[in-house]
Amino acid sequence: MNKKLKGWLIWIFALTGFLLISAIFSLSVGADKISLSKIVSLIFSPEKGIESTILFHIRFPRILLAIFIGGALAVSGVIFQGMFRNPLVGPYTLGVSGGAALGVTLSISLGLGFCLPLAGMSGAILAIFIVYFLASRKGLLRIPTLLLIGVMLSFLSSSLITLIMALADVTKLHGILFWIMGSLEESNLGLIRLVITLSILGAILSFFFAHNLNAFSLGEEEALHLGINVERTKKILFVLASLLTGSVVSVSGMIGFVGLVVPHFMRMFVGSDHRILLPAAFLGGGIFLLLCDTLARTVISPIELPVGVITGILGGVLFIYFLSKKQLVGTAK
Amino acid sequence: MLRVKNLTCGYEAGFFLKNITFSVNDGELMGIIGPNGSGKSTLLRAIRRVLKPLKGGILFKGKRIDRMGFKELAQKVSVVSQSAEEITLNFTVREYVLLGRIPYRRRFQILETKTDEKIVANTMSLTDITHLSERNVGELSGGERQRAIIARALAQEPELLLLDEPTIHLDIGHQIEILDLVKRLNEQNNLTVIIVLHDLNLASLYCDRLLLLREGEVHSIGTADEILTYSIIEEVYKTPVVVEKNPISSKPLICLVPGGKGEVKK
Repeated sequence: MNKKLKGWLIWIFALTGFLLISAIFSLSVGADKISLSKIVSLIFSPEKGIESTILFHIRFPRILLAIFIGGALAVSGVIFQGMFRNPLVGPYTLGVSGGAALGVTLSISLGLGFCLPLAGMSGAILAIFIVYFLASRKGLLRIPTLLLIGVMLSFLSSSLITLIMALADVTKLHGILFWIMGSLEESNLGLIRLVITLSILGAILSFFFAHNLNAFSLGEEEALHLGINVERTKKILFVLASLLTGSVVSVSGMIGFVGLVVPHFMRMFVGSDHRILLPAAFLGGGIFLLLCDTLARTVISPIELPVGVITGILGGVLFIYFLSKKQLVGTAK
Repeated sequence: MLRVKNLTCGYEAGFFLKNITFSVNDGELMGIIGPNGSGKSTLLRAIRRVLKPLKGGILFKGKRIDRMGFKELAQKVSVVSQSAEEITLNFTVREYVLLGRIPYRRRFQILETKTDEKIVANTMSLTDITHLSERNVGELSGGERQRAIIARALAQEPELLLLDEPTIHLDIGHQIEILDLVKRLNEQNNLTVIIVLHDLNLASLYCDRLLLLREGEVHSIGTADEILTYSIIEEVYKTPVVVEKNPISSKPLICLVPGGKGEVKK
Protein backbone atom coordinates (compact mmCIF):
# COMPACT_ATOMS: atom_id res chain seq x y z
CA MET A 1 0.00 0.00 0.00
CA ASN A 2 1.02 3.57 -0.64
CA LYS A 3 3.24 4.77 2.20
CA LYS A 4 1.55 8.13 2.52
CA LEU A 5 -1.92 6.61 2.58
CA LYS A 6 -0.78 4.20 5.25
CA GLY A 7 0.49 7.04 7.43
CA TRP A 8 -2.77 8.90 7.01
CA LEU A 9 -4.87 5.86 7.86
CA ILE A 10 -2.84 5.32 11.02
CA TRP A 11 -3.61 8.88 12.08
CA ILE A 12 -7.30 8.45 11.33
CA PHE A 13 -7.47 5.17 13.28
CA ALA A 14 -5.52 6.58 16.21
CA LEU A 15 -7.69 9.68 16.42
CA THR A 16 -10.90 7.69 16.05
CA GLY A 17 -9.74 5.34 18.79
CA PHE A 18 -8.90 8.23 21.07
CA LEU A 19 -12.29 9.76 20.33
CA LEU A 20 -14.09 6.55 21.30
CA ILE A 21 -12.13 6.21 24.52
CA SER A 22 -12.88 9.82 25.40
CA ALA A 23 -16.55 9.23 24.70
CA ILE A 24 -16.71 6.18 26.96
CA PHE A 25 -14.83 8.04 29.67
CA SER A 26 -17.20 10.96 29.33
CA LEU A 27 -20.21 8.63 29.59
CA SER A 28 -19.03 7.25 32.89
CA VAL A 29 -18.07 10.43 34.73
CA GLY A 30 -20.30 13.14 36.05
CA ALA A 31 -22.38 14.00 39.08
CA ASP A 32 -23.35 10.34 39.10
CA LYS A 33 -20.48 8.00 38.38
CA ILE A 34 -21.46 5.01 36.32
CA SER A 35 -18.97 2.20 36.11
CA LEU A 36 -17.71 0.88 32.84
CA SER A 37 -19.18 -2.57 33.34
CA LYS A 38 -22.54 -1.00 34.11
CA ILE A 39 -22.36 0.99 30.89
CA VAL A 40 -21.58 -2.11 28.87
CA SER A 41 -24.38 -4.09 30.46
CA LEU A 42 -26.83 -1.21 29.94
CA ILE A 43 -25.87 -0.97 26.29
CA PHE A 44 -26.41 -4.67 25.66
CA SER A 45 -29.44 -5.21 27.86
CA PRO A 46 -31.31 -1.96 28.20
CA GLU A 47 -33.36 -1.65 31.36
CA LYS A 48 -35.33 1.25 32.62
CA GLY A 49 -33.92 3.19 35.49
CA ILE A 50 -32.25 6.40 36.49
CA GLU A 51 -28.82 5.34 35.28
CA SER A 52 -30.06 4.40 31.87
CA THR A 53 -31.89 7.73 31.60
CA ILE A 54 -28.77 9.66 32.53
CA LEU A 55 -26.70 7.63 30.13
CA PHE A 56 -28.89 7.58 27.06
CA HIS A 57 -30.99 10.71 27.39
CA ILE A 58 -28.60 13.16 28.96
CA ARG A 59 -24.98 12.20 28.49
CA PHE A 60 -25.07 10.41 25.17
CA PRO A 61 -26.78 13.17 23.14
CA ARG A 62 -24.54 15.72 24.75
CA ILE A 63 -21.42 13.74 23.85
CA LEU A 64 -22.58 13.45 20.26
CA LEU A 65 -23.25 17.15 20.15
CA ALA A 66 -19.79 17.93 21.54
CA ILE A 67 -18.07 15.70 18.98
CA PHE A 68 -19.88 17.03 15.95
CA ILE A 69 -19.83 20.67 16.98
CA GLY A 70 -16.13 20.48 17.79
CA GLY A 71 -15.51 18.76 14.47
CA ALA A 72 -17.49 21.34 12.51
CA LEU A 73 -15.72 24.26 14.18
CA ALA A 74 -12.29 22.78 13.53
CA VAL A 75 -13.10 22.01 9.88
CA SER A 76 -14.37 25.51 9.25
CA GLY A 77 -11.24 26.82 10.98
CA VAL A 78 -9.06 24.80 8.61
CA ILE A 79 -10.98 26.11 5.61
CA PHE A 80 -10.74 29.74 6.70
CA GLN A 81 -7.06 29.51 7.60
CA GLY A 82 -6.35 27.74 4.33
CA MET A 83 -8.17 30.15 2.11
CA PHE A 84 -6.92 33.26 3.89
CA ARG A 85 -3.41 31.86 4.34
CA ASN A 86 -3.56 33.41 7.76
CA PRO A 87 -3.04 31.39 10.93
CA LEU A 88 -4.94 33.88 13.08
CA VAL A 89 -8.23 33.51 11.28
CA GLY A 90 -10.86 31.27 12.82
CA PRO A 91 -14.52 30.55 12.32
CA TYR A 92 -15.45 33.55 14.49
CA THR A 93 -13.31 36.08 12.66
CA LEU A 94 -15.64 36.89 9.80
CA GLY A 95 -18.64 38.23 11.67
CA VAL A 96 -20.82 35.18 11.08
CA SER A 97 -20.84 34.24 14.74
CA GLY A 98 -21.29 37.89 15.65
CA GLY A 99 -24.38 37.97 13.49
CA ALA A 100 -25.69 34.83 15.13
CA ALA A 101 -25.02 36.22 18.60
CA LEU A 102 -26.79 39.44 17.74
CA GLY A 103 -29.79 37.51 16.47
CA VAL A 104 -29.98 35.46 19.65
CA THR A 105 -29.47 38.46 21.93
CA LEU A 106 -32.21 40.38 20.18
CA SER A 107 -34.63 37.51 20.37
CA ILE A 108 -33.96 36.91 24.08
CA SER A 109 -34.30 40.57 24.99
CA LEU A 110 -37.50 40.91 23.00
CA GLY A 111 -38.85 37.86 24.77
CA LEU A 112 -38.91 35.70 21.65
CA GLY A 113 -36.89 33.01 23.39
CA PHE A 114 -38.83 30.10 21.96
CA CYS A 115 -36.62 29.54 18.96
CA LEU A 116 -33.13 30.78 19.58
CA PRO A 117 -31.39 28.64 16.94
CA LEU A 118 -33.65 30.13 14.27
CA ALA A 119 -32.81 33.64 15.44
CA GLY A 120 -29.12 32.76 15.50
CA MET A 121 -29.21 31.26 12.04
CA SER A 122 -31.01 34.30 10.61
CA GLY A 123 -28.40 36.57 12.13
CA ALA A 124 -25.59 34.41 10.76
CA ILE A 125 -27.03 34.30 7.24
CA LEU A 126 -27.59 38.04 7.27
CA ALA A 127 -23.98 38.55 8.31
CA ILE A 128 -22.77 36.21 5.53
CA PHE A 129 -24.71 38.22 2.96
CA ILE A 130 -23.40 41.55 4.23
CA VAL A 131 -19.77 40.45 4.28
CA TYR A 132 -20.02 38.70 0.93
CA PHE A 133 -21.57 41.58 -0.95
CA LEU A 134 -19.43 44.27 0.57
CA ALA A 135 -16.28 42.30 -0.19
CA SER A 136 -17.04 41.39 -3.77
CA ARG A 137 -16.69 43.75 -6.66
CA LYS A 138 -17.09 42.93 -10.34
CA GLY A 139 -17.60 39.31 -9.41
CA LEU A 140 -14.27 39.09 -7.59
CA LEU A 141 -14.14 38.21 -3.93
CA ARG A 142 -11.26 40.16 -2.45
CA ILE A 143 -9.69 38.27 0.41
CA PRO A 144 -8.17 41.20 2.38
CA THR A 145 -11.41 43.17 2.15
CA LEU A 146 -13.37 40.12 3.18
CA LEU A 147 -11.23 39.81 6.28
CA LEU A 148 -11.45 43.51 7.19
CA ILE A 149 -15.20 43.73 6.73
CA GLY A 150 -15.68 40.51 8.67
CA VAL A 151 -13.62 41.74 11.60
CA MET A 152 -15.41 45.09 11.61
CA LEU A 153 -18.78 43.38 11.51
CA SER A 154 -17.71 41.29 14.52
CA PHE A 155 -16.84 44.42 16.47
CA LEU A 156 -20.03 46.11 15.40
CA SER A 157 -22.23 43.23 16.48
CA SER A 158 -20.45 42.83 19.79
CA SER A 159 -21.00 46.53 20.50
CA LEU A 160 -24.65 46.19 19.60
CA ILE A 161 -24.92 43.17 21.89
CA THR A 162 -23.43 45.21 24.73
CA LEU A 163 -25.92 47.97 23.99
CA ILE A 164 -28.84 45.56 24.06
CA MET A 165 -27.58 44.06 27.30
CA ALA A 166 -27.29 47.50 28.85
CA LEU A 167 -30.89 48.21 28.00
CA ALA A 168 -32.25 44.73 28.63
CA ASP A 169 -34.19 43.51 31.60
CA VAL A 170 -31.94 42.07 34.34
CA THR A 171 -33.80 38.77 34.29
CA LYS A 172 -32.82 38.29 30.69
CA LEU A 173 -29.14 39.08 31.15
CA HIS A 174 -28.31 35.64 32.44
CA GLY A 175 -29.79 33.99 29.38
CA ILE A 176 -27.83 36.22 27.03
CA LEU A 177 -24.56 35.79 28.89
CA PHE A 178 -24.97 32.06 29.15
CA TRP A 179 -25.61 31.78 25.45
CA ILE A 180 -22.62 33.90 24.52
CA MET A 181 -20.34 31.78 26.68
CA GLY A 182 -21.54 28.71 24.86
CA SER A 183 -23.12 25.55 26.15
CA LEU A 184 -23.72 22.05 24.93
CA GLU A 185 -26.86 21.58 26.99
CA GLU A 186 -29.51 20.95 24.42
CA SER A 187 -32.60 18.93 25.04
CA ASN A 188 -34.15 19.10 21.61
CA LEU A 189 -33.26 15.82 19.93
CA GLY A 190 -34.36 17.02 16.52
CA LEU A 191 -31.99 19.95 16.74
CA ILE A 192 -29.14 17.67 17.77
CA ARG A 193 -29.82 15.44 14.78
CA LEU A 194 -29.87 18.46 12.50
CA VAL A 195 -26.52 19.73 13.78
CA ILE A 196 -24.94 16.30 13.41
CA THR A 197 -26.22 15.99 9.85
CA LEU A 198 -24.96 19.43 8.88
CA SER A 199 -21.63 18.82 10.53
CA ILE A 200 -21.09 15.55 8.63
CA LEU A 201 -22.29 17.11 5.39
CA GLY A 202 -19.95 20.08 5.81
CA ALA A 203 -16.98 17.85 6.57
CA ILE A 204 -17.61 15.67 3.51
CA LEU A 205 -18.14 18.64 1.19
CA SER A 206 -15.01 20.38 2.42
CA PHE A 207 -13.01 17.22 1.76
CA PHE A 208 -13.68 17.57 -1.96
CA PHE A 209 -11.89 20.89 -1.83
CA ALA A 210 -8.76 19.48 -0.21
CA HIS A 211 -6.76 19.80 -3.44
CA ASN A 212 -7.97 23.33 -3.96
CA LEU A 213 -6.97 24.26 -0.42
CA ASN A 214 -3.55 22.71 -1.00
CA ALA A 215 -3.14 24.85 -4.10
CA PHE A 216 -4.35 27.89 -2.16
CA SER A 217 -1.62 27.40 0.40
CA LEU A 218 0.80 28.56 -2.30
CA GLY A 219 -1.18 31.75 -2.80
CA GLU A 220 -4.12 32.73 -4.95
CA GLU A 221 -2.10 33.37 -8.07
CA GLU A 222 -0.19 30.10 -7.76
CA ALA A 223 -3.52 28.30 -7.32
CA LEU A 224 -4.63 29.86 -10.60
CA HIS A 225 -1.41 28.67 -12.22
CA LEU A 226 -2.34 25.17 -11.09
CA GLY A 227 -5.63 25.35 -12.93
CA ILE A 228 -7.91 26.12 -10.00
CA ASN A 229 -10.94 28.28 -10.66
CA VAL A 230 -9.91 30.59 -7.86
CA GLU A 231 -12.91 32.89 -7.71
CA ARG A 232 -15.43 30.08 -7.69
CA THR A 233 -13.47 28.14 -5.06
CA LYS A 234 -13.22 31.16 -2.77
CA LYS A 235 -16.94 31.79 -2.97
CA ILE A 236 -17.92 28.18 -2.35
CA LEU A 237 -15.50 27.77 0.53
CA PHE A 238 -16.52 31.03 2.17
CA VAL A 239 -20.20 30.15 2.04
CA LEU A 240 -19.59 26.55 3.11
CA ALA A 241 -17.45 27.39 6.13
CA SER A 242 -19.69 30.29 7.12
CA LEU A 243 -22.86 28.21 7.00
CA LEU A 244 -21.14 25.47 8.96
CA THR A 245 -20.07 27.97 11.61
CA GLY A 246 -23.43 29.71 11.63
CA SER A 247 -25.46 26.55 12.14
CA VAL A 248 -23.18 25.30 14.91
CA VAL A 249 -23.07 28.62 16.72
CA SER A 250 -26.85 29.00 16.52
CA VAL A 251 -27.26 25.84 18.55
CA SER A 252 -24.35 25.88 20.96
CA GLY A 253 -23.45 29.54 21.29
CA MET A 254 -19.97 30.92 20.95
CA ILE A 255 -17.66 28.12 22.00
CA GLY A 256 -14.37 29.80 21.41
CA PHE A 257 -10.90 28.66 20.45
CA VAL A 258 -11.77 25.23 19.03
CA GLY A 259 -11.76 26.46 15.45
CA LEU A 260 -8.60 28.48 15.96
CA VAL A 261 -6.41 26.12 17.94
CA VAL A 262 -7.30 22.63 16.75
CA PRO A 263 -6.26 23.29 13.13
CA HIS A 264 -2.83 24.39 14.39
CA PHE A 265 -2.35 21.33 16.55
CA MET A 266 -3.36 19.06 13.74
CA ARG A 267 -1.04 20.81 11.31
CA MET A 268 1.80 20.17 13.76
CA PHE A 269 0.95 16.48 13.85
CA VAL A 270 -0.21 15.53 10.37
CA GLY A 271 1.26 18.26 8.16
CA SER A 272 -0.19 20.86 5.81
CA ASP A 273 -1.80 18.52 3.30
CA HIS A 274 -5.52 19.23 3.51
CA ARG A 275 -6.42 15.70 2.45
CA ILE A 276 -5.37 14.50 5.91
CA LEU A 277 -5.64 17.82 7.73
CA LEU A 278 -9.40 18.14 7.20
CA PRO A 279 -10.43 14.73 8.57
CA ALA A 280 -7.81 14.93 11.33
CA ALA A 281 -9.10 18.35 12.37
CA PHE A 282 -12.66 17.03 12.39
CA LEU A 283 -11.70 14.21 14.75
CA GLY A 284 -9.36 16.40 16.77
CA GLY A 285 -12.00 19.09 17.19
CA GLY A 286 -14.45 16.46 18.37
CA ILE A 287 -11.98 15.08 20.92
CA PHE A 288 -11.00 18.53 22.18
CA LEU A 289 -14.53 19.81 22.68
CA LEU A 290 -15.69 16.53 24.19
CA LEU A 291 -12.89 16.54 26.78
CA CYS A 292 -13.44 20.23 27.55
CA ASP A 293 -17.15 19.67 28.01
CA THR A 294 -16.55 16.66 30.23
CA LEU A 295 -14.25 18.81 32.32
CA ALA A 296 -16.80 21.64 32.38
CA ARG A 297 -19.53 19.48 33.83
CA THR A 298 -17.39 17.50 36.28
CA VAL A 299 -14.75 19.81 37.66
CA ILE A 300 -16.94 21.38 40.34
CA SER A 301 -20.02 19.22 39.87
CA PRO A 302 -22.92 19.46 40.34
CA ILE A 303 -22.33 23.05 39.24
CA GLU A 304 -21.54 23.29 35.56
CA LEU A 305 -18.98 25.67 34.10
CA PRO A 306 -19.55 27.26 30.72
CA VAL A 307 -17.66 25.08 28.24
CA GLY A 308 -16.43 28.12 26.31
CA VAL A 309 -14.40 29.12 29.34
CA ILE A 310 -12.70 25.73 29.49
CA THR A 311 -11.91 25.63 25.76
CA GLY A 312 -10.48 29.13 26.03
CA ILE A 313 -8.27 28.44 29.04
CA LEU A 314 -7.18 24.95 28.03
CA GLY A 315 -6.75 25.80 24.35
CA GLY A 316 -4.88 29.01 25.08
CA VAL A 317 -2.47 27.46 27.56
CA LEU A 318 -1.74 24.40 25.43
CA PHE A 319 -1.32 26.54 22.37
CA ILE A 320 1.14 28.93 23.95
CA TYR A 321 3.07 26.01 25.40
CA PHE A 322 3.43 24.28 22.04
CA LEU A 323 4.19 27.49 20.21
CA SER A 324 7.00 28.35 22.54
CA LYS A 325 8.43 24.89 21.90
CA LYS A 326 7.92 24.75 18.18
CA GLN A 327 7.84 27.28 15.40
CA LEU A 328 4.36 27.99 14.15
CA VAL A 329 3.87 25.70 11.19
CA GLY A 330 2.51 28.27 8.91
CA THR A 331 -0.31 28.36 6.50
CA ALA A 332 1.88 31.03 4.92
CA LYS A 333 4.68 33.48 5.35
CA MET B 1 3.23 28.38 -30.21
CA LEU B 2 2.14 31.69 -28.80
CA ARG B 3 0.88 34.79 -30.53
CA VAL B 4 0.18 38.01 -28.71
CA LYS B 5 -1.75 40.50 -30.80
CA ASN B 6 -2.40 44.16 -29.99
CA LEU B 7 -2.55 43.30 -26.31
CA THR B 8 -3.60 46.13 -24.06
CA CYS B 9 -4.15 45.39 -20.41
CA GLY B 10 -3.39 46.72 -16.96
CA TYR B 11 -4.25 47.28 -13.34
CA GLU B 12 -6.81 49.60 -11.85
CA ALA B 13 -3.98 51.64 -10.40
CA GLY B 14 -3.19 52.83 -13.88
CA PHE B 15 -0.25 50.83 -15.11
CA PHE B 16 -0.75 49.60 -18.62
CA LEU B 17 0.71 47.41 -21.31
CA LYS B 18 -0.02 49.07 -24.62
CA ASN B 19 -0.49 47.41 -27.95
CA ILE B 20 1.90 44.53 -27.48
CA THR B 21 2.38 42.29 -30.51
CA PHE B 22 4.85 39.45 -30.81
CA SER B 23 4.97 35.73 -31.28
CA VAL B 24 7.01 32.88 -29.88
CA ASN B 25 7.92 29.91 -32.05
CA ASP B 26 7.85 26.26 -31.07
CA GLY B 27 10.94 25.29 -29.12
CA GLU B 28 12.17 28.84 -28.74
CA LEU B 29 13.80 30.34 -25.66
CA MET B 30 12.51 33.87 -25.60
CA GLY B 31 13.79 36.45 -23.14
CA ILE B 32 11.85 39.46 -21.93
CA ILE B 33 14.03 42.33 -20.76
CA GLY B 34 13.42 45.92 -19.80
CA PRO B 35 13.90 48.40 -16.98
CA ASN B 36 11.99 48.17 -13.69
CA GLY B 37 8.33 48.91 -14.18
CA SER B 38 8.42 48.35 -17.91
CA GLY B 39 5.78 45.64 -17.68
CA LYS B 40 7.75 42.40 -17.87
CA SER B 41 5.94 40.58 -15.09
CA THR B 42 2.64 42.09 -16.17
CA LEU B 43 3.13 40.60 -19.61
CA LEU B 44 3.74 37.16 -18.11
CA ARG B 45 0.63 37.50 -15.99
CA ALA B 46 -1.40 38.40 -19.06
CA ILE B 47 -0.06 35.38 -20.94
CA ARG B 48 -1.03 33.17 -18.01
CA ARG B 49 -4.47 34.82 -17.91
CA VAL B 50 -4.09 36.22 -14.43
CA LEU B 51 -4.90 39.58 -16.01
CA LYS B 52 -7.68 40.00 -18.51
CA PRO B 53 -6.83 41.92 -21.68
CA LEU B 54 -8.77 45.11 -22.33
CA LYS B 55 -8.00 44.95 -26.01
CA GLY B 56 -6.39 42.45 -28.31
CA GLY B 57 -5.78 38.85 -27.42
CA ILE B 58 -3.42 35.96 -26.95
CA LEU B 59 -3.46 32.80 -29.00
CA PHE B 60 -1.90 29.57 -27.74
CA LYS B 61 -1.43 27.20 -30.68
CA GLY B 62 -4.12 29.09 -32.54
CA LYS B 63 -6.56 28.91 -29.65
CA ARG B 64 -7.67 31.96 -27.68
CA ILE B 65 -6.48 31.52 -24.11
CA ASP B 66 -9.57 33.19 -22.67
CA ARG B 67 -11.62 30.39 -24.25
CA MET B 68 -9.56 27.65 -22.63
CA GLY B 69 -10.58 25.95 -19.37
CA PHE B 70 -8.67 26.58 -16.16
CA LYS B 71 -7.27 23.05 -16.10
CA GLU B 72 -6.63 22.92 -19.82
CA LEU B 73 -4.46 26.01 -19.66
CA ALA B 74 -2.65 24.74 -16.57
CA GLN B 75 -1.80 21.54 -18.42
CA LYS B 76 -0.17 23.48 -21.23
CA VAL B 77 1.38 26.55 -19.66
CA SER B 78 3.10 26.59 -16.29
CA VAL B 79 4.74 29.37 -14.36
CA VAL B 80 7.76 29.85 -12.14
CA SER B 81 6.84 33.12 -10.50
CA GLN B 82 8.60 35.30 -7.99
CA SER B 83 5.82 34.96 -5.46
CA ALA B 84 6.52 31.23 -5.29
CA GLU B 85 9.75 32.03 -3.51
CA GLU B 86 8.26 32.74 -0.14
CA ILE B 87 7.18 29.22 0.62
CA THR B 88 7.46 28.24 4.25
CA LEU B 89 4.98 25.43 4.16
CA ASN B 90 5.04 22.22 6.09
CA PHE B 91 5.37 20.20 2.88
CA THR B 92 8.19 17.89 1.91
CA VAL B 93 9.86 18.65 -1.40
CA ARG B 94 8.16 15.67 -3.02
CA GLU B 95 4.72 16.70 -1.73
CA TYR B 96 5.42 20.18 -3.02
CA VAL B 97 6.36 18.97 -6.49
CA LEU B 98 3.29 16.72 -6.49
CA LEU B 99 1.14 19.85 -6.25
CA GLY B 100 2.07 20.37 -9.89
CA ARG B 101 -0.14 17.39 -10.73
CA ILE B 102 -3.28 19.15 -9.49
CA PRO B 103 -4.36 20.17 -13.02
CA TYR B 104 -4.55 16.50 -13.95
CA ARG B 105 -6.65 15.19 -11.09
CA ARG B 106 -10.15 14.14 -11.89
CA ARG B 107 -13.16 15.10 -9.85
CA PHE B 108 -13.35 13.00 -6.65
CA GLN B 109 -9.82 11.74 -7.15
CA ILE B 110 -8.10 11.94 -3.79
CA LEU B 111 -4.76 10.20 -4.11
CA GLU B 112 -2.09 10.63 -6.75
CA THR B 113 -1.96 8.03 -9.48
CA LYS B 114 1.05 5.93 -10.45
CA THR B 115 1.53 8.20 -13.45
CA ASP B 116 1.68 11.24 -11.17
CA GLU B 117 4.35 9.59 -9.05
CA LYS B 118 6.35 8.62 -12.12
CA ILE B 119 6.22 12.09 -13.65
CA VAL B 120 7.19 13.72 -10.38
CA ALA B 121 10.11 11.34 -9.91
CA ASN B 122 11.17 12.20 -13.42
CA THR B 123 10.99 15.98 -13.04
CA MET B 124 12.81 15.75 -9.73
CA SER B 125 15.68 13.88 -11.34
CA LEU B 126 15.70 16.36 -14.25
CA THR B 127 16.09 19.23 -11.80
CA ASP B 128 18.46 17.22 -9.62
CA ILE B 129 16.51 17.42 -6.38
CA THR B 130 15.78 13.71 -5.91
CA HIS B 131 18.11 13.60 -2.91
CA LEU B 132 16.08 16.37 -1.25
CA SER B 133 12.70 14.70 -1.67
CA GLU B 134 11.99 14.16 2.04
CA ARG B 135 13.33 17.53 3.20
CA ASN B 136 10.93 20.27 4.24
CA VAL B 137 10.48 22.70 1.39
CA GLY B 138 10.80 25.69 3.71
CA GLU B 139 14.32 24.62 4.72
CA LEU B 140 15.84 24.62 1.25
CA SER B 141 18.54 27.04 0.18
CA GLY B 142 17.80 29.57 -2.55
CA GLY B 143 19.12 27.50 -5.43
CA GLU B 144 17.51 24.28 -4.23
CA ARG B 145 14.19 26.02 -3.73
CA GLN B 146 14.27 27.48 -7.21
CA ARG B 147 14.90 24.00 -8.62
CA ALA B 148 11.98 22.64 -6.58
CA ILE B 149 9.72 25.35 -7.97
CA ILE B 150 10.85 24.52 -11.50
CA ALA B 151 10.26 20.82 -10.81
CA ARG B 152 6.73 21.63 -9.71
CA ALA B 153 6.12 23.66 -12.85
CA LEU B 154 7.50 20.81 -14.97
CA ALA B 155 5.23 18.32 -13.23
CA GLN B 156 2.39 20.13 -14.98
CA GLU B 157 3.91 18.74 -18.22
CA PRO B 158 3.69 22.11 -19.91
CA GLU B 159 4.37 22.88 -23.53
CA LEU B 160 5.22 26.44 -22.60
CA LEU B 161 7.12 27.40 -19.46
CA LEU B 162 7.06 30.97 -18.16
CA LEU B 163 9.77 32.07 -15.74
CA ASP B 164 9.77 35.39 -13.91
CA GLU B 165 13.32 36.27 -12.93
CA PRO B 166 14.27 32.80 -11.70
CA THR B 167 17.83 33.86 -10.91
CA ILE B 168 16.98 36.77 -8.64
CA HIS B 169 18.69 36.52 -5.21
CA LEU B 170 20.99 33.73 -6.43
CA ASP B 171 24.77 33.84 -6.58
CA ILE B 172 26.47 33.49 -9.98
CA GLY B 173 27.07 29.77 -9.55
CA HIS B 174 23.40 29.11 -8.92
CA GLN B 175 22.36 31.55 -11.63
CA ILE B 176 24.29 29.54 -14.22
CA GLU B 177 22.98 26.29 -12.76
CA ILE B 178 19.34 27.39 -13.09
CA LEU B 179 19.76 28.81 -16.58
CA ASP B 180 21.73 25.77 -17.76
CA LEU B 181 18.80 23.70 -16.53
CA VAL B 182 16.32 25.88 -18.41
CA LYS B 183 18.44 25.69 -21.55
CA ARG B 184 18.68 21.92 -21.25
CA LEU B 185 14.92 21.58 -20.87
CA ASN B 186 14.50 23.85 -23.84
CA GLU B 187 16.88 21.93 -26.07
CA GLN B 188 16.51 18.33 -24.96
CA ASN B 189 12.86 18.26 -23.92
CA ASN B 190 11.78 20.66 -26.63
CA LEU B 191 10.08 22.93 -24.12
CA THR B 192 9.20 26.41 -25.29
CA VAL B 193 10.32 28.97 -22.74
CA ILE B 194 9.59 32.61 -22.06
CA ILE B 195 11.87 34.00 -19.40
CA VAL B 196 11.98 37.42 -17.76
CA LEU B 197 15.55 38.38 -16.91
CA HIS B 198 17.05 41.45 -15.34
CA ASP B 199 20.64 40.56 -16.05
CA LEU B 200 21.33 41.52 -19.65
CA ASN B 201 24.44 39.37 -19.86
CA LEU B 202 22.53 36.27 -18.84
CA ALA B 203 19.82 37.18 -21.34
CA SER B 204 22.47 37.57 -23.99
CA LEU B 205 24.02 34.20 -23.21
CA TYR B 206 20.92 32.06 -23.01
CA CYS B 207 18.05 33.47 -25.06
CA ASP B 208 17.38 32.77 -28.73
CA ARG B 209 15.55 36.06 -29.07
CA LEU B 210 14.91 39.02 -26.82
CA LEU B 211 11.87 41.21 -26.37
CA LEU B 212 12.75 44.61 -24.96
CA LEU B 213 9.97 46.43 -23.15
CA ARG B 214 9.89 50.09 -22.29
CA GLU B 215 7.08 51.78 -20.36
CA GLY B 216 4.55 49.11 -21.26
CA GLU B 217 5.36 49.01 -24.95
CA VAL B 218 7.51 46.78 -27.11
CA HIS B 219 10.68 48.69 -27.88
CA SER B 220 12.26 46.07 -30.07
CA ILE B 221 12.43 42.34 -30.73
CA GLY B 222 15.38 40.42 -32.10
CA THR B 223 18.46 38.38 -31.39
CA ALA B 224 20.88 39.42 -28.69
CA ASP B 225 23.19 40.90 -31.32
CA GLU B 226 20.38 43.08 -32.64
CA ILE B 227 18.97 44.24 -29.32
CA LEU B 228 21.95 44.52 -27.03
CA THR B 229 23.69 47.43 -28.72
CA TYR B 230 24.97 50.33 -26.69
CA SER B 231 22.64 52.79 -28.39
CA ILE B 232 19.48 50.84 -27.62
CA ILE B 233 20.50 50.07 -24.04
CA GLU B 234 21.50 53.64 -23.31
CA GLU B 235 18.22 54.86 -24.76
CA VAL B 236 16.05 52.46 -22.76
CA TYR B 237 17.99 52.11 -19.51
CA LYS B 238 19.31 55.67 -19.41
CA THR B 239 22.78 54.64 -18.38
CA PRO B 240 25.92 54.41 -20.50
CA VAL B 241 27.34 50.98 -21.30
CA VAL B 242 30.13 49.53 -23.34
CA VAL B 243 29.18 46.49 -25.38
CA GLU B 244 31.98 44.01 -26.04
CA LYS B 245 32.03 40.52 -27.42
CA ASN B 246 31.95 37.67 -24.95
CA PRO B 247 35.25 35.86 -25.59
CA ILE B 248 33.68 32.42 -25.15
CA SER B 249 30.23 32.64 -26.67
CA SER B 250 30.89 35.67 -28.89
CA LYS B 251 27.51 36.99 -27.73
CA PRO B 252 27.26 40.67 -26.74
CA LEU B 253 28.83 41.37 -23.33
CA ILE B 254 27.56 44.45 -21.56
CA CYS B 255 29.97 46.38 -19.37
CA LEU B 256 28.61 48.98 -16.99
CA VAL B 257 30.20 52.38 -16.60
CA PRO B 258 30.29 53.65 -13.01
CA GLY B 259 29.53 57.30 -12.51
CA GLY B 260 28.50 57.74 -16.11
CA LYS B 261 24.81 58.23 -15.49
CA GLY B 262 24.89 61.97 -16.11
CA GLU B 263 26.46 61.68 -19.51
CA VAL B 264 23.53 60.11 -21.32
CA LYS B 265 21.26 62.98 -20.47
CA LYS B 266 23.10 65.22 -22.89
